[in-house]
Amino acid sequence: MIINSRFFNRSELIGFVTLALLLFLILPLSLDAFRLNLVAKYLTYAFVAIGLVLCWGYGGILSLGQGMFFGLGGYCMAMFLKLEASSVENTKIQSTPGIPDFMDWNQITALPFFWKPFHSFPLTLLAIVLVPTLFAFIIGTAMFKRRVGGVYFAIITQAIAAILTILIVGQQGYTGGINGITDLRTLNGWDIRTDHAKFILYFVEVVLLFGCIVTAQFIRLTKLGRILVAMREQEDRVRFSGYSVANFKIFAFCAAAIFSAIGGALFTLEVGFMSPSFVGIVPSIEMVIYTAVGGRMSIFGAVYGSLLVNFAKTTLSESFPQLWLFGLGALFIAVVLAFPNGLSGIWADHVQSRIDRLISSIKRKSGGWTSNSVADGAPAE
Amino acid sequence: MLIGHQPKPFLLAVEALTVSFDGFKAVNNLSFYVEENEIRVIIGPNGAGKTTVLDLICGKTKATSGSIQFRGKELTKLKENQIVQTGVGRKFQTPSVFEDLTVFENLEISYPRGRTVFGSLTFQRDDAVKQRIEEVAEMIFLKDRLDTYADQLSHGQKQWLEIGMLLIQDPELLMLDEPVAGMSVSERAKTAELLNRIIKDRSVLVIEHDMKFVEDIAHKVTVLHQGQILSEGTMEKVKNDPKVIEVYLGH
Amino acid sequence: MFGDYSIGDLGSIFVMQGFAGLILFSVYVLMALGLAIIFGQMGVINMAHGEFMILGAYVTWMTSNLFQSYLPGLFSGYFFVAMMLAFLASGALGMLVEWGLIRHLYKRPLDTLLATWGLSLILQQAYRSVFGAREVGVELPQWMLGSLKVTDSIEVPINGIFVMGLTVSITCAVAYVIYKSRWGRQVRAVVQNRIMAGAVGINTEKVDRYTYGLGCGIAGIAGSAFTMIGSTGPTSGQLYIVDTFLVVVFGGAASLLGTIASAFSISQTQSTLEFFMSGSMAKVLTLLAVVGILMLRPQGLFSLKVRK
Repeated sequence: MIINSRFFNRSELIGFVTLALLLFLILPLSLDAFRLNLVAKYLTYAFVAIGLVLCWGYGGILSLGQGMFFGLGGYCMAMFLKLEASSVENTKIQSTPGIPDFMDWNQITALPFFWKPFHSFPLTLLAIVLVPTLFAFIIGTAMFKRRVGGVYFAIITQAIAAILTILIVGQQGYTGGINGITDLRTLNGWDIRTDHAKFILYFVEVVLLFGCIVTAQFIRLTKLGRILVAMREQEDRVRFSGYSVANFKIFAFCAAAIFSAIGGALFTLEVGFMSPSFVGIVPSIEMVIYTAVGGRMSIFGAVYGSLLVNFAKTTLSESFPQLWLFGLGALFIAVVLAFPNGLSGIWADHVQSRIDRLISSIKRKSGGWTSNSVADGAPAE
Repeated sequence: MLIGHQPKPFLLAVEALTVSFDGFKAVNNLSFYVEENEIRVIIGPNGAGKTTVLDLICGKTKATSGSIQFRGKELTKLKENQIVQTGVGRKFQTPSVFEDLTVFENLEISYPRGRTVFGSLTFQRDDAVKQRIEEVAEMIFLKDRLDTYADQLSHGQKQWLEIGMLLIQDPELLMLDEPVAGMSVSERAKTAELLNRIIKDRSVLVIEHDMKFVEDIAHKVTVLHQGQILSEGTMEKVKNDPKVIEVYLGH
Repeated sequence: MFGDYSIGDLGSIFVMQGFAGLILFSVYVLMALGLAIIFGQMGVINMAHGEFMILGAYVTWMTSNLFQSYLPGLFSGYFFVAMMLAFLASGALGMLVEWGLIRHLYKRPLDTLLATWGLSLILQQAYRSVFGAREVGVELPQWMLGSLKVTDSIEVPINGIFVMGLTVSITCAVAYVIYKSRWGRQVRAVVQNRIMAGAVGINTEKVDRYTYGLGCGIAGIAGSAFTMIGSTGPTSGQLYIVDTFLVVVFGGAASLLGTIASAFSISQTQSTLEFFMSGSMAKVLTLLAVVGILMLRPQGLFSLKVRK
């Protein structure tokens, strides 16, 4: 694997390779189909978490409504799959064949106009990216151009996520209501429910995840990444250096929305349904905790945070359902009070420094190496 | 007050400027003019509206009425970042630098290129940028601290860094709010030297309380009191103005 | 949607729905009052505010059960006792939380938001473990049931008027405490300049703790009122937190009058719309309107132009 040495510094490169080994080799080889599918499900949240690293960790913009973008992406994909599953012959027992079953149950006799584009796969892919971006752009423009930020922005995004959930639940005829869009079968004729399909989808997902990681890393290393950090600290100074702060915030928010939407679309494919329970207030704020646990400034941390928290959730809520909420609550408090930089902070403070000392002592003993001084010591933590 | 009879156009023309905060007029019908290459110092007691005037010029506060013309452009209609792009730079009273970034990165952000979202994504750290940053870093006594994170700097060094960030923008009008406040004696001397060097070839608007410092640099002094001009002219003239002595210099 | 009704009918509907919305209005005002006090004082966003309210509701429920079993003769007056207890319980828990959690997080508003969310999850699970997952309902004393018939088509619920009166007195009491009492002066001093207030001898830590306690205590009273419009379950409080925040933000965070006006307009809009459409669509429209207005006027309905 050839990676520009300036793109990742040494510890990031190690992180990148380790994660690649874990996701491409170790997990697929060691887990059965069911567990691997669970990992695939957890990883869809990692997309959201990476977006939050950019937007919250770097830009200081806390969005409590990422579930909304996850959901929009997921619903776009689900609408396509549902239409494919609702072909006329599959639904000939309905009073109106050819429309999704839940519409038929709700006495709807024709496909609503906003469902029509989802007959086409290319349009669906486009919608998965564009619909959430448009949403984020409108919200971001309205709020950031008027200098609304901080807790106000967090509350407003949360309210919008709540509104969207209530709307989806309330409009069952058009959205499938509280149950969501279920019973999805094939993607362009390819059955997505088989173990083999899930195995392939897992790899598609991991490749896309690494795409997002590289994109996020690219953004972080450009001047835009540094402006995000600068903005978080001294918004006025950035403004008086000649930048339109609002535009940069809108960019970060839209980027986070796109990442979330990709995660949501993959979620639909991996899990086979989409429902409002992944859109509203509670899932949105849980997505923030994945990022916080991984370390809000760490892209790799976001992936590990999503995996670990979800793994803990599945394990604990299966065996001790009561403990899980206590545990999650305590996690929120602990990560804020004691470990504001999350796992990556712990790693950098306690493990990385020891490894560095070890390496430098080896170097001193062997004498020979000249350390190529790391000029690109980007502020990873 | 009559300084407006020369034919030369002014760099900055503030006319009938007023701002009121919930009824309280912090700046009241204020007019003054700054020429090219002029160094103007604004003095006045606390609460006279000095900082508010700078806030109004750089767009941080919106005027209730009046006009601010800079090179013939009306600043009151522009946004902060657009005002910066017309050539007005502002240093704040408390040093505002980016503590999580290095000195180099701080200066790089102020480099006047790639200021749009797309521009900053494609911005390249080329030789011209590096050279200019090193040049400025030398001027602000931070040449060997380029890789230091700004939160490691002393208070005085942060002030210098912020001055450097303005310098790299190369503004035609530089506005400084108490640039030597909170500095040690030696830092103060160095700052005076620095300011004397950077105020060449541009107009400067300074707020300062240190009278020694004001006498050293001012071409002309404006004394503000309760949002209005109390006196204006050379330091000599202002110092001997009985109104000024009464409200400000007297104590 | 108005087409099917005559003007007279519409008038009655608005009035009736208006009175039906009184309790919701009261819950909003009390919740928002507590939130606004805490936010204004410490810049802390209390995401667990709904759970403090629900604590008050559970206390009210327990008090009513106790009265029913042991003091049936005094049952008609239990609500007053329950309110006091709700205030004390929520207030005490609030002070404990301030001591254990909040005081470590000043100046990190986004982090308090996450930490108090964690607290709300813990409290929800605690309620579930203690009181069970099933929702409980409170029985009202006889005199609070029924309604006053004003005209042929307009009836006014008695409990609505009662809660409304209660809210007005609590709001006045809070206003008095904040604006007139010695302690209120200390609170306002700390809000304006924490360091200076400390320097002149105000015990800012104590002021913070009592303010937080007061805000949570008022939420407890809101919980008492809440028992009249909904049944109490471990997660009932969560549904109210977003609405209440919107009330606070919509009113302009620093204005008592604004909070009341915004609670009134939001609760009344929702209550009136509910007559014409499903509850969920009424809520969507109301919240959308609020968010839309906030996008145009982010400083809220009432705010002063101040030098920042």
